[in-house]
Amino acid sequence: MGLLDYFRQRKGSDSASIAKERLQILVAHDRRGDGPSYLPQLQRDLLKVIRKYVAVDNDAVSVSVEQDGAHEVLELNVVLPD
Amino acid sequence: MARIIVVTSGKGGVGKTTTSAAFAMGLAERGLKTVVIDFDVGLRNLDLIMGCERRVVYDFVNVISGDANVGQALIKDKRNPNLYVLPASQTRDKEALTIEGVGKVLEQLGEEFEFIVCDSPAGIEKGATLAMYFADDAIVVTNPEVSSVRDSDRMIGILSSKSRRAEQNLEGIREYLLVTRYSPERVERGEMLALEDVQEILSLDLIGVIPESPAVLNSSNAGVPVILDRESSAGIAYNDMVSRYLGDDLPHRFLKVEKKGLLGRLFGG
Repeated sequence: MGLLDYFRQRKGSDSASIAKERLQILVAHDRRGDGPSYLPQLQRDLLKVIRKYVAVDNDAVSVSVEQDGAHEVLELNVVLPD
Repeated sequence: MARIIVVTSGKGGVGKTTTSAAFAMGLAERGLKTVVIDFDVGLRNLDLIMGCERRVVYDFVNVISGDANVGQALIKDKRNPNLYVLPASQTRDKEALTIEGVGKVLEQLGEEFEFIVCDSPAGIEKGATLAMYFADDAIVVTNPEVSSVRDSDRMIGILSSKSRRAEQNLEGIREYLLVTRYSPERVERGEMLALEDVQEILSLDLIGVIPESPAVLNSSNAGVPVILDRESSAGIAYNDMVSRYLGDDLPHRFLKVEKKGLLGRLFGG
């Protein structure tokens, strides 16, 4: 490995931090498998309904259930295109 | 009719998914309509390597069980319009894959695509045998390491007996050897099986040698197939491999230790 490669790497693309960020999102999502079993289908249905009005990508809708004291909170996130 | 290629190895962690992603992207970059399918039901990872993990809504098993049609499950690559990903399911059990179901999906995909790349799971269980069953060509991914070479040999045996082509007495699957994580430095020091040794033991046509490269981890971190890192040795080697698959006669590169002078050392190469 040459010196330039060495510096290029040192300065680096910092791909590891991208990896960490991607994994945190994904693992949180995977663990929701422990939540209500209707969540994936709810997400698909919501996507279908929203697409009647706005063209959104697959990753535009996210749903999750969180425990907040005695309540369960259904959190719904829709990202509209620019 | 689409050409179906299985990327297989037997052993895990040798680079099947990295290869599937790079190979499929390489075909798409040459203007060929390509779909890459994750057969690792329960432990999907191709979506991560392709960088489309947040866009999975339906998966391969949903399609087989009739919950969704193929069009709903295919994820269009954002970098190349010729490339689509069919993700595996994360939760359903492996029994969901059936020979009839897989056959039907491949047939449908075959109407639309020129190449279907099947990313096989490790092992010799159902997912792996189904990934290879319908294949026309097989890329056997092997590390220059004893257990990997042995497992590859087993897979070659299974390829020639348990496939549609074998059962229907058609011309056999075309099998190619792809050696990955190759380190000429370690070969020179006598610490690693040389390419010739691996070839001698497996006696398959060599389609490529991918050198050990930091670019592979960087690319997987970022969810970008490493073939798109055109400056890296691994990216270049994957590009050569795709060209060879399509019929070009190219010499193999990165097989020898690069002897660098002082300038070479300073400025890399």
